Amino acid sequence: MNWTWFHRLGSPPHIYRIAGTLTPWFAWPAGLLIAAALYGGLVLAPPDYQQGEGFRILYVHAPSAWLAVMIYGVMASAAAVGLIWRMKVAHAVAASCAGVGAWFTAVSLLTGMLWGKPMWGTYWVWDPRLTAQLILLFLYLGYMGLRAGIDDLGRADKASAVLAIVGVVNIPIIRYSVEWWNSIHQAPSVMKMDRPSMPFDMLAPLLMMLLGFTLYFAAVMLVRLRAEILRRERTASWIREVLR
Amino acid sequence: MTEFFAMGGYAVFLWPAYLVTLIAIVANVLIARRAHDGAKQEARRRFDLEDEGSTT
Amino acid sequence: MTAIRTSTIAAAWLVLERDLRLAVRRPAQLIQPLVFFAVVTLLFPLGYTPELGKLRAIAPGVLWVAALLASMLALESLFREDAADGTLEQFVVSGQPLVGLMAAKTLAHWLLTGLPLTLMAPLLGIALGVPVVAMPGILVALMLGTITLSLIGAVGAGLTLGVRRGGVLLSLLTLPLAVPVLIFGARATELAILGESQIGPLYLLSALAVLGITLAPLAAAAAVRIGLE
Repeated sequence: MNWTWFHRLGSPPHIYRIAGTLTPWFAWPAGLLIAAALYGGLVLAPPDYQQGEGFRILYVHAPSAWLAVMIYGVMASAAAVGLIWRMKVAHAVAASCAGVGAWFTAVSLLTGMLWGKPMWGTYWVWDPRLTAQLILLFLYLGYMGLRAGIDDLGRADKASAVLAIVGVVNIPIIRYSVEWWNSIHQAPSVMKMDRPSMPFDMLAPLLMMLLGFTLYFAAVMLVRLRAEILRRERTASWIREVLR
Repeated sequence: MTEFFAMGGYAVFLWPAYLVTLIAIVANVLIARRAHDGAKQEARRRFDLEDEGSTT
Repeated sequence: MTAIRTSTIAAAWLVLERDLRLAVRRPAQLIQPLVFFAVVTLLFPLGYTPELGKLRAIAPGVLWVAALLASMLALESLFREDAADGTLEQFVVSGQPLVGLMAAKTLAHWLLTGLPLTLMAPLLGIALGVPVVAMPGILVALMLGTITLSLIGAVGAGLTLGVRRGGVLLSLLTLPLAVPVLIFGARATELAILGESQIGPLYLLSALAVLGITLAPLAAAAAVRIGLE
């Protein structure tokens, strides 16, 4: 078994270069996919038989909600790798995730509220998904707060990594408890999109949006990662060569 | 065209939702770029200082 | 092997004993969370309505939120003094598994706050119009729930060790994690007040406690180790 690839993964200059090369390969397909999905979702897809044109909020709400959850997963995985194999670059990845994740959690909440007003008649209903998303936002803010609160970078990395892992263990429990709580109090749940038969011209833009947002996140995260690496390696000599 | 922007009466909710998402997408690109450019500039400045220190 | 195990338990026992003794010598710290619990609970009749019928409807939520906040209040001091005077560092270098010592400290925290809060809840429940027959149910629910709260709190307190003015941050970290406890606990309390079977939420509360007991001391030990680096 050849492990050089693994050691390279831990090498900041190598990652810095690779991230730079990869960014456009994520950014351009992301842009194209999102643009195509916008056309498909706003123009081509037929109106929903229940929600009319209003359902089209789905095409921005669902991908944001997906990013919110997925980014937390990426962040916690990177944090775990950083803790277990003492890989500094993994901690830098986790640090680059948090801000983007918090942004899109907020977006999913706002779009959910804007969707809720025409469907429920009110901006906020204690719908289980919205509630779980709100708690997720607090988890992100706590993570960012802890990172900002510790001055020593190595300690901030490790402490926030433990918090991310604790959070990722808790997220399914929180989601379950909120669903359970909701089932007792019988609040309406209109935002269920898992209907058995979504027609293809409705579904295709959604899938394109999901993929597009995911690639977009990868591109943004890589740029942040490069900034993070430069900040952490301030004294390293390889930076001099890279910046020339 | 006006019909498209009216979105069957849902325009007041639909377009703000898209606008919010657009703001987040653009903002995150700008934040990431600014962080990277800032880090590069800071590194350059430090190297310039070091070079000055070594020649004089 | 057995020798090591007994010495681990002995060490944990010593830590527990020490924490309890220290707490008894400073009763003010013991009593403050209880007073806080009472004040927060009794603000509701003043801020909402003195009608016992209406208060009874919100009693589960009020009791649990107040207990949650009171237990959080006592967390800040869980590690702070031990970190300041070097006790925690001695724990780390003592050669004893830190997990066991953390479990002992968490148990001490529960005995000193969670348990007294639980025992005090019936008194406050009466002020909120809760019928006396509901008290046993409320006691069981709070007892199970506060165990998990102490466990989550120990992780949070460990993580905020190196943070200046970490109190607010500590709450921000631990409150979202405590949501399931709040949900199941308040539901169990509500069922007790209604005189119905609490078995469902009590199961879930016990499951949370078991999960917490297995995982939280590990996380707390890791957090303390990082905080002392």
